[in-house]
Amino acid sequence: MAVEIGIKAILAFIMLMGALNLAGLLTWVERKQSAVMQDRIGANRASIFGIRLLGLFHPLADVLKMLTKEDFVPRGSDRLLYTLAPILSVFFAIPAFAAIPFGDAIQIGERVIELQVANLPIGLLYIFAMMSMGVYGVVLAGISSNNNYSFLGGLRASSQMISYEVTLGVAAMGIVMVYESMNLQEIVRAQGTYLWNVIPKWGVLVQPLGALLFFVAAMAETKRIPFDLPEGESEIIGYFVEYSGMKFGMFFLTDFLETVLLSCMMATLFFGGWQVPYLYPEGFHFPWGSLWSMPHLWVILLGIASFTLKVVFFCWLLMTIRWTLPRFRYDQLMRLGWKIILPLSLINIVVTAIFCLR
Amino acid sequence: MSTKVMHHRPLNFWERIYVPEVARGLWVTSRHFARNLFIHTAHRLGLLKHLQAAVTIQYPEEVRPYAERLRTRHRLTQREDGSPRCVACMMCETVCPAKCIYIVAEEDPDPNIEKRPKSFDIDLGVCVYCGYCVEVCPEDAIRMDTKIMNIASYSREGMWYNMDRLLHPEKEGDVLLKPKT
Ligand code: SF4
Ligand code: SF4
Repeated sequence: MAVEIGIKAILAFIMLMGALNLAGLLTWVERKQSAVMQDRIGANRASIFGIRLLGLFHPLADVLKMLTKEDFVPRGSDRLLYTLAPILSVFFAIPAFAAIPFGDAIQIGERVIELQVANLPIGLLYIFAMMSMGVYGVVLAGISSNNNYSFLGGLRASSQMISYEVTLGVAAMGIVMVYESMNLQEIVRAQGTYLWNVIPKWGVLVQPLGALLFFVAAMAETKRIPFDLPEGESEIIGYFVEYSGMKFGMFFLTDFLETVLLSCMMATLFFGGWQVPYLYPEGFHFPWGSLWSMPHLWVILLGIASFTLKVVFFCWLLMTIRWTLPRFRYDQLMRLGWKIILPLSLINIVVTAIFCLR
Repeated sequence: MSTKVMHHRPLNFWERIYVPEVARGLWVTSRHFARNLFIHTAHRLGLLKHLQAAVTIQYPEEVRPYAERLRTRHRLTQREDGSPRCVACMMCETVCPAKCIYIVAEEDPDPNIEKRPKSFDIDLGVCVYCGYCVEVCPEDAIRMDTKIMNIASYSREGMWYNMDRLLHPEKEGDVLLKPKT
């Protein structure tokens, strides 16, 4: 029993550190990538003993700044809810990572360990539940600040997140129908099969429309440009207009955590998770028949590396989108959500159902 | 008719479904990203120095070229003997729209010159760098050609420049940032 708990604790530690560090690093990526895309250099002044290291110390400087800033609570605000809102916001973003499998089952002696914190049979539903709980932090922040602008921001956030959550769920259903499971580890395993023995049966190939719709809807859930109406960092600020110091930092961190979560979901559901094409537990089996065997540990490490690479790629893609597209207008957002994406995802489900029942 | 009527082309089908346009935009930005990343990496290795990856001017180390007529920190010009050319005519003090020049006149010992400034202060925290004082001066006694841009202080008093500081801008602790040529 103690060993079981210890193993789970280690897995949780790995996942938590990975997610939090990647989220922290994304603040640096955001600055540097936008700079490189726009022919600039980007933040590079923070230094320790004169060592700048491409501005990698800026996230540390950010944290120091946020921790030492004045923690302002506006007059007339609801102190309890005001403090609770950023905590809720971060709190529900983190446990969602528990259901993400980051590697194949590893065998040590007699024991088989799934590289996943919680091997839940309803992993997908669990992640959706956690993601939709996140809206509470946002709404509470809007209500409790005693500021009309943050109240309006909270309203925009709740309507946007609820609208796109519908599509998010419906778009992912296609995957559930194709792979006949809600367990993310099983979904990833099922993606290890091949169409005509050549093409890996990844989600994006069997559900191309579903992948696109899921990506768009989940992007709207992260509340970043082009769906950043609730926040509008550059001018309208939105629901966290009254927040300062580390409370603001928590909202900020939530955005990046959700970006990482979305990248993990995309990799897991649609891009084969930890699968490497043609890699089987005993080594590479190429479709032309040649075999390149590998020790067990190598196969596992390759899987983890493949998963990490996919997640990093999606983080990059999300950043590129964030720094390319302009923000939607509110009516465009609602039209896109209810009139275009939702019907398309429903059609996607019907077509998938017809193919699956065949 | 000074109004210009703009006629926007209506969006065609492919532009309205948005996805191809998104892809096109992403292509533009990722092309910049890839190109600049490649050149930055090459620069680190000391290659391709003739290609430019960023248009950034890293300010304190690099300074962009200043225009000849740029109005920068004031100075008072001197005669051959080192005394200020200013004759305390009060023209600049009168014309100054910010009312930030303060001159106290006294009699000049030289019988050919009527007055000279006893004290001459400019509050640069208030100055709007309009250059009227330079234009109005009949003696070419005040100029704004020091090319000193980094005028900053931790206190309001520090922005107060007296006659000595105005006569000798070269003595200041200010680093005179040289434009790159
Ligand atoms: S530049 Fe203009 S505002 Fe400044 S001291 Fe001269 S006249 Fe006054
Ligand atoms: S206008 Fe010229 S001469 Fe007259 S007070 Fe000003 S600086 Fe001196």
